[in-house]
Parts: sequence; structure tokens; C-alpha cells
Amino acid sequence: MLRAFPSLIIAAIALPGILLHSALAEAADPLPRHLHETGLFADAGTTIDARNLPFAPQYPLWSDGARKRRWIHLPPGSAIDASRPDAWEFPVGTRLWKEFSLGRPIETRFIERLADGTWRFAAYVWNEAGTEATLAPREGMSLSVPMAPQGRYSIPASDDCRACHEGAAVPVLGFSALQLSSDRDPLAPHTEAHTGISVADFVRRGLIRNAPAALIDDPPRIAATSPVERAALGYLHGNCAHCHNDSGAPAPVDLVLAQSAGDPASTQRVLHSMIGGAVRFRGHGLGNDATLIAVGNPQSSVLIARMRSRNPNTQMPPIGTQAADIEALALIERWIAEKSLSTPSPSQETKP
Amino acid sequence: MNRSRSITLIVLAIAASASDTASAEEKAADTLARGKYLVTVAGCNDCHTPWKVGPAGPEPDMSRMLSGHPESIAISAPATAVGQWIAAANTTNTAHSGPWGVSFTANLTPDAETGLGKWTQSTFTQTIRTGRHMGRGRKILPPMPIPMYRNFTDEDLAAMFTYLQSIPAIKNRVPEPLSPAVASAAATSE
Ligand code: HEC
Ligand code: HEC
Ligand code: HEC
Repeated sequence: MLRAFPSLIIAAIALPGILLHSALAEAADPLPRHLHETGLFADAGTTIDARNLPFAPQYPLWSDGARKRRWIHLPPGSAIDASRPDAWEFPVGTRLWKEFSLGRPIETRFIERLADGTWRFAAYVWNEAGTEATLAPREGMSLSVPMAPQGRYSIPASDDCRACHEGAAVPVLGFSALQLSSDRDPLAPHTEAHTGISVADFVRRGLIRNAPAALIDDPPRIAATSPVERAALGYLHGNCAHCHNDSGAPAPVDLVLAQSAGDPASTQRVLHSMIGGAVRFRGHGLGNDATLIAVGNPQSSVLIARMRSRNPNTQMPPIGTQAADIEALALIERWIAEKSLSTPSPSQETKP
Repeated sequence: MNRSRSITLIVLAIAASASDTASAEEKAADTLARGKYLVTVAGCNDCHTPWKVGPAGPEPDMSRMLSGHPESIAISAPATAVGQWIAAANTTNTAHSGPWGVSFTANLTPDAETGLGKWTQSTFTQTIRTGRHMGRGRKILPPMPIPMYRNFTDEDLAAMFTYLQSIPAIKNRVPEPLSPAVASAAATSE
């Protein structure tokens, strides 16, 4: 008793300090300096360790034309819990990598789930010979890369990794039921030739558990009214939904661009928020009356204006790209132009 | 000896838990007061409350407290910087012109459509910490003192946000910034 009392007080005083410390865990256990130390490679060369499995989302992120390869590593004996179709739970120790190339590998991004359940983010910059990649500073950096827009390539700051990855319900954005569905969208822009390992394969290997049977038997696909609409909505999901959703920590505007694998009605919610949705921020090159999507008229649609712009105050997405995605713009403009002809707008559909 | 110590301990524990429950309301009031104090002394009103000219000269118009640049004051071109001067403010001190173009101070009242009404605590904390619009968007422009304010503790930011959500909502749609390119085009076309 004599001793218990003071130590109780100490515990009470120290508690906030302990919480603070777990937030600083990253500082205590620093990120590896070199990509080789993250476990991506099997040897001192650049052969990928066979335990790191390749995957390829069907609606990839536009990164100014960079080519990408991605891998996932799950600690032995662990598995992804897929009971929530749109928020898979990744085990502690999960590691994911994404390599960006423009003629040669430029950077490899790395995400890891730590023991306390939080995630850490890092980028490794390749030397020109392609033999070693070194940890980039937290603030990011700008590189001279001839094939990049204006010859400059920028590595995002770790705050910027979080701006995209921590806006969604789960910070893993490309490894999900919809993104890895075997019912792949043939019109999706910029898909890689390889499809990596399928969800069914992961389930068979016991690496994905508790997936609702319906999701495996009937792989998810966006409930669109035409192939063009399907691809347009898929693109917006892959490129915008991490900040424009209704399930994570989105930007506080009404726009919702996230599709749900478990709930086909999500497509209607997305269409509602886009068509006839109120515009929060005016004056990005269009008048005060402009709408997010002007059905039949892409040139008057705020969404298109913000996607086409690369003025840093206007562009969407606001981070991670310096050149507009011409192919995607053509797809979405075509969808908006055809929309009025093919289907009534959802606001008309819902009239009782 | 031992016994009397443990009695003291029990008494202390009861006192502590009683003060715990009694203080829930007090704590909320403290947070609000702390938030008000921080917002006041950190000078948020200097830029986010439009100025008027009072008997003693320019002063913040507290009837429009923290509602940002008034949408009725349209500004389409930057100030012309002369000599050593780099930046200029308009009469309400809510529009600032400089190498970044023209920025307009945000509406910090809880109005849902034009202020922080749809923000969460984490939107606010991330905005101040990362210096990005709404925590995830474009870079926030000067003269918003992000490099200094990012040093507020989580607790301070929580208190400030709690206070900001409690003040009267004012509907005022602040214009979007003019970027340097737009600003200089407007200036030369004049
Ligand atoms: C503009 C938003 C954005 C930014 C900034 C961003 N990412 Fe991503 N990232 C995505 C999206 C969307 C995907 C999934 C689609 C894809 O891979 O093409 C992804 C995929 C990944 C993956 C593969 C695992 C996964 O989530 O699917 C890794 C690893 C990754 N990012 C790491 C990073 C790191 C590290 C940073 C910062 C250095 C970063 N990212 C910055 C949007 C972003
Ligand atoms: C010196 C002037 C100045 C002071 C002092 C100032 N601000 Fe600002 N603030 C601005 C300007 C200008 C903007 C708009 C910048 C922009 O649009 O990029 C802004 C923007 C903001 C935003 C971003 C809103 C958004 O939509 O992302 C928040 C939040 C904010 N200020 C809060 C505060 C708080 C809280 C204080 C006091 C602790 C404060 N500001 C003090 C000038 C100031
Ligand atoms: C990293 C986060 C992020 C990503 C990714 C992102 N946005 Fe945004 N978006 C925002 C923020 C923050 C705002 C609100 C501030 C603003 O208007 O700049 C916004 C606003 C918008 C608006 C205006 C909404 C309104 O009511 O005024 C449109 C349209 C938009 N985004 C479209 C897109 C599209 C299309 C994509 C994908 C191609 C996308 N965004 C990707 C963060 C993001």
C-alpha cells in the first residue's frame, strides 16, 4: 500500500505521456534507410521475394503516365478479414509496395501496418542505375526526370500520402473487392497488362478470410447503365473516392464518388451527388450557376473543369499529378455527353 | 498504520471519482473557454473578421465575427506592389494580395454551406497541421500563419474547434483565391 499510492499518481500523470509516445513510435523505430531492408527483394539484387504477391487494381490511379507494379506481403499465418466488403481489415505487419517507372524505376512507395494498428508511409527513390533505392525525406522532393511533365518529377511528402490514403475507410486503396474483381472493366483507362493474383486465388490460399460468398461467386461490378458509364464511374472511384466518399474522413463537400462492392445502390448515390449536386466552391473558370455535371454538356460541368485544370488552386485531384489525364477526360466527357440521351437523370427517376 | 493509510487512499479515490463526474460539464466549459481564449489571443479575428472604421480607426467588426472576406466585396485584380512593398490588404483586411495571387480569409463560423459546419475535429486538425485546404486539398495560401499554427497541440486545436463550432453561424460565401497567373492577366488587361 505504502508504495502503491504514489505509483498510482505517477501512472495517472504518465498516461498522456504514454499516448504521446505511441504517436511518436515512428521516430523510435525509424523507417529503413534502403528499400532492400523493407523485405521487397529476395536477394541483394532486385529479384522480388516470392512471398510478396503481385496485384493490379482494375481502376488505377493516374500518375502522369508512370507505369506501376504493386506487391503485398502478409505475415506468415495471418490473413485479411474480408467480412466488410468495402473495408477489408489488414493484419498487423501487412506491407504493400508500389513501384513507379518512367523509362526506368523512379520511386517505390511503401505502406506498413504497425503493431499498434496505425500505418506508416514512405517513398524510396531509385538511383539511375536501378540498383538501390533510398528513403526520401518526409517533406518529399523534386527530381529531374526527362520523361516527367516539364522534366520534373515530384515525390509526395508523407503528409500527402496520408491526405489520399487516410481519407478512405481503409488506407489500402487498390487492394479491395471492387479493384481486384475478376469481372474486369475492359474500358478502364491505363490498366496494366498483367492482372496479378485474383481474389479467388487469395481466398484459396487462405490469405483472405470471411469474404461473403456472394462476393466470390458473383464478383462485384459497378451497376451502371452502359459500358461507358461503368468505366467513367470506375475511374472516378479509383482516382477520387479516397477524398470524396461517405464512409471515411472525406473532404467536407457533398460530392461522393465511392462505389461500394457490397451495395449496388451506391452507384445511384454517386449519380445523385454528381448530377444536380450543389457546388460548394465557385469561380473555377465557370459561372456561378455552373453545376458539377451538366447532363449532355461536358464543357459546362465543374467536375470536368476541375479535372482538366492544372492550376494548383483548382486542379482535381489536388495532389499527385502535374499533367491532366486526357484519356480519362475523353471517357468522362463522352459519358456526360451521352448521359441525357441514354438515361433519365436520377433526380427524375426518384420522383414518386 | 497500514489501515489508516488504506482508509486515506479510499477516501482520496472516492473524492477523485466524485470530482470526475461533477467535472464533465465543467470540463466542457473549460474547453470552450480555453478555445475562446486561444482564438482571441492567436489573432484569428485580425484576418478572419472584416474590419470597419470605428471612432478610433480601423477595428474588427464583431457583428461579423470570423465570417471571413465578405462576398459582397468583389475583387478581381491584385494590388500593384511598388518599390519595397510585397503585399497589400484591402480595407476589410480580409483580402491579401502578394506573390501568391490574392487570398481571401475563410468563413470560420459553423454555417453548413459556407463555413465550417460540415467539418469534423479531424478536418480542422489536419488543415492546420498539413496546411492543406479542408485537410486534403490545395495548399493554403499566405498570410494564414500555418508554419506557426501547426505547432498548436492536439488539445489546443480541439479547444479552438469546439469554440469555433459554438459561435453564431453567418452565411457568407468567400470567393476562391486568384492565382498569380489569373491575377497578372487581370492586371495587364486593365
Ligand atoms: C493522389 C492520391 C495519392 C497519393 C498522394 C499517394 N497515393 Fe498511394 N495510392 C493511391 C491510390 C488511389 C492507390 C490505389 C490505386 C493504384 O495503385 O493505382 C494507391 C496505392 C498505393 C500503394 C499500393 C497499396 C494500395 O493502397 O493499393 C502503395 C504502397 C502506396 N499507394 C503508397 C503511397 C505512399 C507511400 C505515398 C506517399 C509517398 C502515396 N501512396 C501517395 C493514391 C495516392
Ligand atoms: C494573417 C492573417 C490570418 C490570421 C492571423 C489567421 N488566418 Fe486563417 N486564413 C487566412 C487566409 C488568408 C486564409 C485563406 C487562405 C487560402 O484560401 O488559401 C485562411 C484560411 C484559414 C483556414 C482554412 C479554411 C479552409 O477552407 O481550408 C482555417 C481553418 C483558418 N484560416 C483558421 C484560422 C484560425 C483558427 C486562426 C487563429 C488561430 C487564423 N486562421 C488566423 C489568414 C489568416
Ligand atoms: C487528396 C484529396 C482529393 C482527391 C484525390 C480529389 N479531390 Fe476533389 N476535392 C478535394 C477537396 C479538399 C475539395 C474541396 C476544396 C476545393 O474545392 O478545392 C475538393 C473539391 C472538388 C470539387 C468541387 C466540389 C464543390 O462542391 O465545389 C470537385 C468537382 C472535385 N473535387 C472533383 C474531384 C475529382 C473528379 C477527383 C478525381 C479525379 C477528385 N476531386 C479528387 C480533395 C480531393
